[in-house]
Amino acid sequence: MKNFLISGLLLMLASATAYAGGYRVAAQGQRALAMGHAGVGVVNSAETAFFNPSGLVYLEDKLTVSAGVTGVFSNVKWQNRSTGQFAETQQDPGTPFYFHAAYKVNEWLSLGLSVSTPYGSSVEWERNWPGSHLVNDIDLSAIYIQPLVSLKLSEHFSIGGGPIFVTGNVNFNRNANRTLTDEQGNRSNITIDDSGVTNTGWSASFMFTPVEELRIGFNYRSEILLNAEGGEATFSNFPNSTLTPQNGTTGFDATLPLPAELTMGFAYQLNEKWLFAFDYQRAFWDVYNSLDIDFADPNVATSVNPRNYKNASIYRMGAQYQATDNLQLRVGYYFDESPVQAGFFAPETPRNDANGYTAGLSFQVSEKFAIDASFLYVRFQEVDASYDSYVENGQAVPFSGTYKSNAFLPGLGVTYKL
Amino acid sequence: MKNYIKYLPFLAFGLFACEPEFDDSIEDNEVYTAGEADFSNYVALGNSLTAGFADNALYIQGQENSYPNILSGQFALVGGGEFEQPLMADNLGGLKLGGNQITNNRLVLSSNAGQPVIPPSPIAGDPQTEVTNKLNGPFNNMGVPGAKSFHLVASGYGNAAGVPQQANPYFARFSSSDNATIIEDAAAQSPSFFTLWIGNNDILGYATSGGTGVDQTGNLDPSTYASNDITDPNVFAGVYSQLIDGLIASASGGVVYNIPDVTDIPFFTTVPNNALEIDATTAANLTGFFQAVAGIFTQGLIQQGVPPEQAQALAAQYAIPFTEGPNRFIIEVPVTQENPLGFRQMQENELLLLTIDQAALGQGYGSVALTPEVQQVLGILQQGGTPTPEQGQLVLNAVNPIEDQDALDTAELQAISTARTSYNSTIQGLAQANGLAFVDADGLLQNVAQGISFPGGIVTSDFVSGGGFSLDGVHLTPRGYALVANETLRAINMTYGSDLPEVNIGAYGTINFSDNVN
Repeated sequence: MKNFLISGLLLMLASATAYAGGYRVAAQGQRALAMGHAGVGVVNSAETAFFNPSGLVYLEDKLTVSAGVTGVFSNVKWQNRSTGQFAETQQDPGTPFYFHAAYKVNEWLSLGLSVSTPYGSSVEWERNWPGSHLVNDIDLSAIYIQPLVSLKLSEHFSIGGGPIFVTGNVNFNRNANRTLTDEQGNRSNITIDDSGVTNTGWSASFMFTPVEELRIGFNYRSEILLNAEGGEATFSNFPNSTLTPQNGTTGFDATLPLPAELTMGFAYQLNEKWLFAFDYQRAFWDVYNSLDIDFADPNVATSVNPRNYKNASIYRMGAQYQATDNLQLRVGYYFDESPVQAGFFAPETPRNDANGYTAGLSFQVSEKFAIDASFLYVRFQEVDASYDSYVENGQAVPFSGTYKSNAFLPGLGVTYKL
Repeated sequence: MKNYIKYLPFLAFGLFACEPEFDDSIEDNEVYTAGEADFSNYVALGNSLTAGFADNALYIQGQENSYPNILSGQFALVGGGEFEQPLMADNLGGLKLGGNQITNNRLVLSSNAGQPVIPPSPIAGDPQTEVTNKLNGPFNNMGVPGAKSFHLVASGYGNAAGVPQQANPYFARFSSSDNATIIEDAAAQSPSFFTLWIGNNDILGYATSGGTGVDQTGNLDPSTYASNDITDPNVFAGVYSQLIDGLIASASGGVVYNIPDVTDIPFFTTVPNNALEIDATTAANLTGFFQAVAGIFTQGLIQQGVPPEQAQALAAQYAIPFTEGPNRFIIEVPVTQENPLGFRQMQENELLLLTIDQAALGQGYGSVALTPEVQQVLGILQQGGTPTPEQGQLVLNAVNPIEDQDALDTAELQAISTARTSYNSTIQGLAQANGLAFVDADGLLQNVAQGISFPGGIVTSDFVSGGGFSLDGVHLTPRGYALVANETLRAINMTYGSDLPEVNIGAYGTINFSDNVN
């Protein structure tokens, strides 16, 4: 067990791969994930700290801990029928993780802590692929640390929430344009890198329990802007010419928004065997209007990359079946609407609408300790899409093609109760 | 727990295998078709254009963007095989023979404080391509820079010992033996498909030398030709049909290209023949000067006993009028009875070469070299005086016409055009007779001269800025070669019923920047 935890921690250092709309990575609890990542009305482990902090106060044990890690195996293929070009992303599994804990102070008050990676993206195309002027590779990750309070106001109503501390990293490489090379023929490219970008936000939630079998939940996490200020931009393989930017490093400023997310839904305990959960989620992606990279070197023009994301909805549902005293089986589904609008399909987050199919189980090893496993298969429709905002010589040069993606996310976690 | 963990790698492996699949996958050859052609073993024959020569050199980046290499990338979508090229040792492009550099490095556009420096200069560096280092062939791209039509059937053309007089250093690098011909080495590969673009140099050497060579029309022995000569059209026709016969023996099909007009390439169109931009005073002075020339020449003829009316009529051609604004230059022409002084003003169609000394043009080259002595004589004339014969000769000598090697005059253009028209009818005739795909490279470059737009810009034949031609003004850029490749793909699709996609020309580069110049 110890070895497993250590290797888990090592994996945490690796980044997460986006598999949901935009660069949201919904894998913050194996139990919820197995039920379509629905959980705003579910109270059965410390995962509630992420899904609905106000529910923590309904946990019966003094201390509850849930931790887990998910392997994200995503594949994206691109092809363009008019030119015959094709490319695919490299296999580079991401590992979103979570650690949630709840401590019951008294019947009315619980304290919690949630550490998770709800946003991140790792996409690595073949170097110098046909869309390399938009992205060669990107690696961004954000760790959310949320101290939480959960307060039972009445038998039927509780509230919860707390501040969110975020620390993020970003590393993004792309070619300078479609053709520029150095004297040896190597494509000129730019890497921006910044780590330890911090900011804060907040979350607020409530849970309404009109009858014992039905819990209605509401959860909101605020938008957080990751302001990368004074990051390092590295210009590589530019020719030795005063007509082009110089090789070397300069500072840069850029802002990457982590959008607000609102979730409402309910969970219904049909009988001792069956639990059903439904979530409706709204992600406020319209904050992501443009990715502007402002270089410190005054000779290098600001890189303006319109994104024009729209707010998007996600519909989640899942069921849990108590098979035996120590075995719970789960199944779920979600539909994840892409925030990317037509003409803004950038290959750094090549995501269209997705259908997620989930399954999983919890095995109660002992009274205190359970193992949670989940599996998610994400299916994307084959889509013809383009990014039309790339400009060369004052002319828009669309980057278009057909994309086909899928993702597999096996996850393993533990639940510990004291 | 441990027992289960050991299976995790297998699980992960299983997931790796589950890649998304397109309904019609390009990668899996589910989209395009080869038609009646077999692209499994494609061999390209030709000259510098086929080799990927650009910026006055053959270098790796240019070779990677040769039109045959671009084509092979598209052929690979319908069963095309590997395409091997005799790559140079570096991206500098200069050749060495026995350790001595024999060709210049490629041209780059250097800059000074954010401004480009014209003309382009060779990139600095010690090139590592040694002609005597034999490459292991065979090679699919058998384009040999400098080759004329008859060189493809010439034994010894690939013998390093014969460089540079009888042999070609580029072919010497990969010929199968000292005596092998290019067509033999090509046929030995049993190509299933071929392209042949040859004949450009049969007129181009003459053109880029300003017509200093000989039009060999009527001379059927090419071994007596010099490099700047025009190949006899019958020699061309004989060789061309020999080449086609050698290639179609094994091939399912092929493509032939005709020869573009020199007037569509920036080497001949960049320096205008009327770049003599002058103000009214200078125009009056020049007009006065040439009136003086005509007057002095008239007097000289009369003194030699020519009747005055006849003398005036003959000399009148030298009283060239100049006006404020642009004027055409004066060029040297052969001395004849009709033009005893051997110069005249350029005609509208006549061309100046890119290699002309443009600084000299601003200082009297192409008009008059006005010395104080000459001006003194002009002063005598203005005051109604009569200069001595010596003084008169001083004025005549001050005419400073553009020399033959810097210009193509009407007669030279006519010789080029006659030969080219004949070559092209041979090429098109043999294409039809053998059911081969035909690319009208001449028409393509005419379109480039007009401008071809694409997402991201327009390709034109403007020197340096146009994007179609490399910095030597003769050879194409990767983007220009991509245009040739697309034209070829269209011709193949039409002839062989194949469905091959065209490439995105905006993804191909143009000229290269570097301040690493000497």
